[in-house]
Amino acid sequence: MNTPTAFDGVVRLEGISVRYTRPTERIETLKEYAIRRLKRGVRFDQFWALRGVSLELGQGESLGVIGPNGAGKTTMLKVIARVLRPTEGRVRVRGNVAPLLEFGAGFHPELTGRENIFLNGALLGFTRREMEAKYGRIVAFSEMAEFIDAPLRTYSSGMVARLGFAVASDVTPDVLLLDEVLAVGDESFRRKSAARMNEFKAQGATLILVTHSMQNVVDMCQRALWLDRGQVRALGPAPEVTAAYVQAAK
Amino acid sequence: MGAAAAKPIESPVEIYDSAKRPSPFIDEFVQLLRYRSLVAELVARDIKTRYKRSVLGVAWTLLNPLATMLVMAFVFQTLFQRTVEHYSVYLLSALLVWQFFSTTTTHAMNQLVWGGALLHRIYLPKSVFAVSAAGTGLVNLLISLIPLGVVMALTGAPLRPAVLLMPLAVLLLAMFSLGLGLLLSTLAVYFVDVLNMYVIVLTMWMYLTPILYPADILPASFQWVLKVNPMYYLVEIFRSPVHAGVGAPLAAWVAAALVAAGSLIVGWWAFTKQADEYAYRV
Repeated sequence: MNTPTAFDGVVRLEGISVRYTRPTERIETLKEYAIRRLKRGVRFDQFWALRGVSLELGQGESLGVIGPNGAGKTTMLKVIARVLRPTEGRVRVRGNVAPLLEFGAGFHPELTGRENIFLNGALLGFTRREMEAKYGRIVAFSEMAEFIDAPLRTYSSGMVARLGFAVASDVTPDVLLLDEVLAVGDESFRRKSAARMNEFKAQGATLILVTHSMQNVVDMCQRALWLDRGQVRALGPAPEVTAAYVQAAK
Repeated sequence: MGAAAAKPIESPVEIYDSAKRPSPFIDEFVQLLRYRSLVAELVARDIKTRYKRSVLGVAWTLLNPLATMLVMAFVFQTLFQRTVEHYSVYLLSALLVWQFFSTTTTHAMNQLVWGGALLHRIYLPKSVFAVSAAGTGLVNLLISLIPLGVVMALTGAPLRPAVLLMPLAVLLLAMFSLGLGLLLSTLAVYFVDVLNMYVIVLTMWMYLTPILYPADILPASFQWVLKVNPMYYLVEIFRSPVHAGVGAPLAAWVAAALVAAGSLIVGWWAFTKQADEYAYRV
């Protein structure tokens, strides 16, 4: 594929804007919509979740994204993960993206752990054959071999998170998106998942971490991006940006 | 593309570029082919979860249409047995068609609304939900052919070579149902009451379709109601080979093919046109 402007990085955002359009009053039903439409028309609110965000990341780089709630951090991850198509601007991503936005989404309580592994793998775009090759590793990593044929409804929430993480992280991603994921599970699971993150980084994956923990940003990321109401407030070395952010919050 | 864990870094990597926008009508189809494993998994999930906690398991698929048929046959047999030969075959074959149609269209809507939470987190071709609903319907329809065969044998309805036309009838039925399911899903994302309204429409629609009564009991002034009802043709082409032992008239086949292709094209077009919007909706 040839691109007009050279793209040799891994992630590049050029002037990304995302606009959500919502009816001013929430209209849930067709009946309501028809009535409103007849009476005085439906009014819409426009809300820019991201406004003109540009960014380039190379292989093996890591970026921490910080900012207050509603600053557009998760929206940015969604744009990179191909979940949201930007309203304006252009996003390019080289290679596969591990969508570690949340674990256990798409699990079914009546299916067994084994059946859920295959279903979840298919949701992530893997074929049956690929999942058969991965299955043994996933079970071993989740440490759930003895419960694997029991229905998921008998699992504790920690076990579900562990299984979800094992499926989602059994990839060699080029880009890894993390949205506050280090906050789930017990201490040993947290350590295990952090170890896997470092493994990915060692293999050259590009990491984007969304978190409220400045410590995590400084520990894991070279650079930090400070988002404020959808706009870039600062982008630079992690220690400097986090310090400025903490300073401003005071 | 889901690359295997052992994928070497040097292998040609794919580049996602939001500025390169292939036609959604075609792109959705390409993506659906890539995610065919997901369609298979979703069908397997639906079949398994439906029966997991039930004592009779898959037997329900056999018993459900059979029970409905028995009740209806008991009520209407005396009314129609003089005009309709092998009334139970007449009724059951049409009920199978209707059951496929109604469950596929409603299931497609439910699935997309269920999948809504996922669409906020990961990329998926949105049509997997409607297509897997049709897949689940096809599996159930296949299983239901067993009770149909049993009823045919018991009532002495003859099995003729015309039954070889049935796969084509099922294909057209699936195309029509999928198209309408996609069209309804497009609406259901925006309005929660579409499903409720549709259930009412379905009930009326069923009684307007000659499923439990013969078409000719309608007075001549009402025959146009049949002519504009796509399900009339789709029921006819499926039922005629098993009940009458001959294929339906060519005109019925042509009408069925036209409504099937029309529904699928319009449904697919409307659905894929909105494909980028779904992740924005809750």
